[in-house]
Amino acid sequence: MIAIVDYRAGNLVSVKKAVDHLGFACAITSDPMVVERAEKIIVPGVGHFAATSALDSSGLRSAITGAIDRQIPFFGICVGMQWMFAASEEAPGVSGLGVFPGECAHFPQEVKAPHVGWNQLEVKDGSRLLRGVPSGAFVYFTHSYRAPLVAETVACCNYGGAFSAAVEREHLFGAQFHPEKSGDAGLTMLENFCRL
Amino acid sequence: MPGSPCWRISAAYNMLTKRIIACLDVDAGRVVKGVKFLNLRDAGDPAELAAAHSRAGADEIVLLDISATHENRAILLDAVRRAARELFVPFTVGGGIRSLEDAAAVFDAGADKISINSAALADPALITRIGERYGSQAVIVAVDAKRILSDNGAHWEVRSAGGRKPTGRDAIEWVREAESRGAGEILLTSMDRDGTRDGFDCELTAAVVDATSIPVIASGGAGGPQHFVTVFREGRADAALAASIFHFSLNSVAELKQELRAAGVPVRWPC
Repeated sequence: MIAIVDYRAGNLVSVKKAVDHLGFACAITSDPMVVERAEKIIVPGVGHFAATSALDSSGLRSAITGAIDRQIPFFGICVGMQWMFAASEEAPGVSGLGVFPGECAHFPQEVKAPHVGWNQLEVKDGSRLLRGVPSGAFVYFTHSYRAPLVAETVACCNYGGAFSAAVEREHLFGAQFHPEKSGDAGLTMLENFCRL
Repeated sequence: MPGSPCWRISAAYNMLTKRIIACLDVDAGRVVKGVKFLNLRDAGDPAELAAAHSRAGADEIVLLDISATHENRAILLDAVRRAARELFVPFTVGGGIRSLEDAAAVFDAGADKISINSAALADPALITRIGERYGSQAVIVAVDAKRILSDNGAHWEVRSAGGRKPTGRDAIEWVREAESRGAGEILLTSMDRDGTRDGFDCELTAAVVDATSIPVIASGGAGGPQHFVTVFREGRADAALAASIFHFSLNSVAELKQELRAAGVPVRWPC
């Protein structure tokens, strides 16, 4: 069973709907016990980085870090991906998981923020998450903060400079865009994750 | 330099595309402005039409409940649920959302964003309340603007209740307030152009784009592909919405996107 972690930050129906459509068992949950027993974990998220602090107080963070230590596949989406980095300047006091290095930052002044709409990916060869998704594929973004390029970046997007659109290391995956709202390209990625 | 050697970036993949949004006007659970699609079992079914628009390349789907009476809410939620089930592009629902609870019901049925209009004018804090729970990106404030001529020149007044009721509020000032209260996007409809097929109001659109940093969706007046080219170039809209154009002058969103591509407007293609 795939746990879709609910920490009261936004609407998780779309993610569940997409996983259901792909034919994998999943459940929306805010129960740390359910997360601990899950075969895979998805942390979606929209809105403010500060909302991730709800993961700390609810016991979900320790359930997630425990699962990650046991090599359970983990997928962070949007703010869920930003949370995998050390921090974000959106909420300086809130610490992320820190499984990827660096800090998320606001888009530079010269471009309009939020970055909303369909933009293209440049994909690095060999990504498991992006298998079957070519460079140039369009995906749907909606965000004002972005993660830096790191060694684990497997797809980048260019908007006011290049940033990490997807990151991947071993069983850890993140996407800044919304695969559940990105048509066939997005469904391909979700299926790649669900099949791991 | 982290990442830099492996990224060719910039020249090839460097464009946030202009969005084409297909709008379904729904009354009592049925699409009332027909859309000229072939191979549809039922041209009035919102779920089938939403799927057909998505297949044809629509970047987003908006479902607008134009009756929005109390009795029709259950019917609407059922239509939203059915439309959302197989829709994997952003999906917005508007019409008759007056409270956080109304919005929650629509989100639970599968909408990604809600659009509020009259209720936001009556209670601007509603924008903030929905945004705090679901994120700003999920809150579209719809603004119906009517051009007013006076001795001091032209300005635009906000209308409420589906464009029927003058509010006395200046559209530009209201857009700024909506943004400051946490709106994620503005859906801007020109009451002067709506239904005319004479083209979008590019002057209004550009004025609103200049007044806000959030995305502006232009609506009202689409009659042909050239109107979209103009509203993206001169109006500098981030997205454009149309309903009935796909009924009388274009077969599909795909046909429109081909025209936009030929004119050099960046669009998601193939889609």
